[in-house]
Amino acid sequence: MNAILNKFVPSRREAMIGTVVVGGTLAVGACSPTQLMALGTPNTDFGAFGPFVKIAPDGAVTAVSKHIEFGQGTATGLAAIVAEEMDADWDSVKIELAPGNTKVYANTLMGVQGTGGSTAINEAWEQMRKAGAAARAMFVQAAAAQWNVSADQVVVKNGVVSGPGGKSATFAQLLPAAAKQTPPQDPKLKDPKDFTLIGTERVARKDSHAKSTGATTFTQDVYEPGMLTAVVAHSPRFGGKVKSFDGSAAKAVRGVVDVFQVPTGVAVVANGVYAARKGRDALKVEWDDSKAEKRSSDQILADYKKIASGATKEDWVKFDSKGEVGELSGADVSHFTYDFPYLAHATMEPMNCVASVNGNKAKLKFASQIPSLDQVNTALVVANLPGSVEIETLYAGGSFGRRATVDSDYVVECVHIAKHIGGGKPVKLVWTREDDMTGGKYRPLCHHDIQVKVGKDGYPVAWRHRVVIQSFMKGTAMESMGVKNGLDATTVEGVMGSPYLKAIAAVDCQVATPKSPVTTLWWRSVGATHTALAMEHTIDQLAAKAKIDPVEYRRTLYTRAGKDAARHLAVLNMAAEKAAWGTPCSDGYTRGVAVHESFGTLVANVAEVKMVDGEPKVRKAVSVVDCGVAVAPGQIRAQLEGGLCYGLSSALFGQITLKDGVVQQTNFDTYRVLRINEAPAIESYILPSANHPTGVGEPGTPVIIPAVANALLAAGKPATTSLPFVKG
Amino acid sequence: MTIQLNINGQSVAVSADPETPLLWVLRDELHLTGTKYGCGIAQCGACTVHVDGQAVRSCQAPVSSLAGMKITTIEGLNGAHPIQAAWVKHDVPQCGYCQSGQIMSAVALVAEKPHPTDADIDGAMAGNICRCGAYPRIRAAIKDAAGVAKA
Repeated sequence: MNAILNKFVPSRREAMIGTVVVGGTLAVGACSPTQLMALGTPNTDFGAFGPFVKIAPDGAVTAVSKHIEFGQGTATGLAAIVAEEMDADWDSVKIELAPGNTKVYANTLMGVQGTGGSTAINEAWEQMRKAGAAARAMFVQAAAAQWNVSADQVVVKNGVVSGPGGKSATFAQLLPAAAKQTPPQDPKLKDPKDFTLIGTERVARKDSHAKSTGATTFTQDVYEPGMLTAVVAHSPRFGGKVKSFDGSAAKAVRGVVDVFQVPTGVAVVANGVYAARKGRDALKVEWDDSKAEKRSSDQILADYKKIASGATKEDWVKFDSKGEVGELSGADVSHFTYDFPYLAHATMEPMNCVASVNGNKAKLKFASQIPSLDQVNTALVVANLPGSVEIETLYAGGSFGRRATVDSDYVVECVHIAKHIGGGKPVKLVWTREDDMTGGKYRPLCHHDIQVKVGKDGYPVAWRHRVVIQSFMKGTAMESMGVKNGLDATTVEGVMGSPYLKAIAAVDCQVATPKSPVTTLWWRSVGATHTALAMEHTIDQLAAKAKIDPVEYRRTLYTRAGKDAARHLAVLNMAAEKAAWGTPCSDGYTRGVAVHESFGTLVANVAEVKMVDGEPKVRKAVSVVDCGVAVAPGQIRAQLEGGLCYGLSSALFGQITLKDGVVQQTNFDTYRVLRINEAPAIESYILPSANHPTGVGEPGTPVIIPAVANALLAAGKPATTSLPFVKG
Repeated sequence: MTIQLNINGQSVAVSADPETPLLWVLRDELHLTGTKYGCGIAQCGACTVHVDGQAVRSCQAPVSSLAGMKITTIEGLNGAHPIQAAWVKHDVPQCGYCQSGQIMSAVALVAEKPHPTDADIDGAMAGNICRCGAYPRIRAAIKDAAGVAKA
């Protein structure tokens, strides 16, 4: 998800939700999106401490995470914020994932209940602090009343409340009285300098033990009495439909219960995965490809290049443009192009969902990333109000954006199957790895074309930038929300807002968004997955042409950009220092640097790279982040490490290709991903900051891509013009 | 057909098609859900279990070939293995989905090589994919558990 989601004015959000709901069967009058999504939500009694804090009779505190946990550590981070303000005993604090309930768990930046855009800590910071502080105040009030002292004489520390004269009580002892207190509307928050938990190494993950013993329940692990397992035969081409099918052989497979058509293909329902797959193997389906994408990805890219060159007409949308770029020719003008392939998220847990439908009542149990939209899309299938759809949120075996869809693709598929089965019988839809990898929702294939004119000092004076990329906002229910004046910011963020462009007088940036039936989606760090390389590798090539050190070159441009680039300069300087930039690099390795901002967080990387057996080998990487207040330093470093590996994996190996419209990669044997022997040693550093916290789930991902390209350039290798580095 | 299996020290009779991969017997029949489905073609390691002490990809092991052999799943470690303690200490898991398989591979590694080198770790763990990229911590946790000084 994207920063764009938190920039929408409320009226745009309303329009978007209006489209979703009114466009379906649920015609509802004008009201806020949150109200619309919440229609039909039963009133829940959350107990004395509200929807975010639960306290057991033994005094143990459970912090309810309104955000899904898919590895980013958010549930732990949110719990730490609650525990800090509450002065709870951190070691005994537990976490729990919130169910679908737009009314109380809406993302304050998105207006819907959902996780994305690295917003969690950012958006819930104050809300969680208040939830913790209010609970604390209730214990203080209870103690003060019981001990007949004033509230300011009561102290709370590690879950123990004490007062004058050695009076002391645990949360457990005070619980009955505290629960009767009225929660303060505007509880006093701590001065950040008094934080004892936030920002410390004590904020360790709350789910490590369960995840190290196999005890965590993922969607794949749900087993319920009478539950059936479904797999679906999908069209091999995007946009294809079922023409006809013969399910007789499939039905004859032992364990297969039913075979029937659903909007997305043909479902085979069985008493387990093995039988369902065997049934599907025996199924005969004829597909109608009349509206399907039949081009190869090479052809799509060639078409994009024609559009970029002006040979094919396409609607262009301007952004960040200023001054007169004029005619770009001559020795002081350089031309750069970059091609990026489709990328699959390839989460370790392929997509899946458990649903049961009884009449118009639907119950879902799965790793829902945007419960509000999953509720709306389910409600449209069962003809009920969104809030009536029950969602029990489970842990996700990764997402990287994949589980956050506007159309709830695999969720709706599961609901259709459960509706056909009926009777409230639970159905687990399992996408095999092959279904998942060929199932679309890819990072869009795209092409950048850049021309830069430099002045006598070697620094750019004019910048012309063309991006051709599919928009996953346009033409969806998200259009009115995510597209402003024809511009889908997710297609260009990172070029748009670049500090380099702020340092240049003449800028002409435009984007074209051709359509295709291939489905695309945000992919960890979204626009930055391609714009980071386009900007940062161009900068290094310009620096090389000017014979100026790349770090020095950036410093000059950031200085020219002014205060907007002060944080860029700070992370760059720290990374350069930590990586010993400017000193010789041993064993034939060279260093590459890159800096990129996404979702308000700044990251700088320095990578040490060498070509080994025809592939770039990254020996070591330094990563520096400025994410404002560091709530959970250990988890921030984990996200820098993990994001870097995820980005590096895509840069080295990631590509989904189409041949005559059919995806060529079906599993990890053909879609190569980073393995432990290819992972660099990573040093992560957090730039101290007192600013409002911003997210870290995504920003660590894209920066390594240009850092590797720049290291290869420093070694005298050709400039990178397409990804992945390893084509084979 | 009925097959007699020895899983985590217990004798279990399962009724299954002999070609059924052990993975689906563990999960769909026995509800031992710690062992994960990731790829089904022995490429990702999420389904790793031990068969007579060796790390094996259960998604490619037909259940009929395992009668009488000693099968251990993540549940069979009882949360008591030093590798598991090191995983918690280093906060290795992120999404956690691959970690059962990672741990089973790591446990087999340190059983065979109590003091693994970086190359040993690469060799034993390269079959286990972690899309969250917990690799640096996996390496550190294995070394810690094995008492190997940080490289």
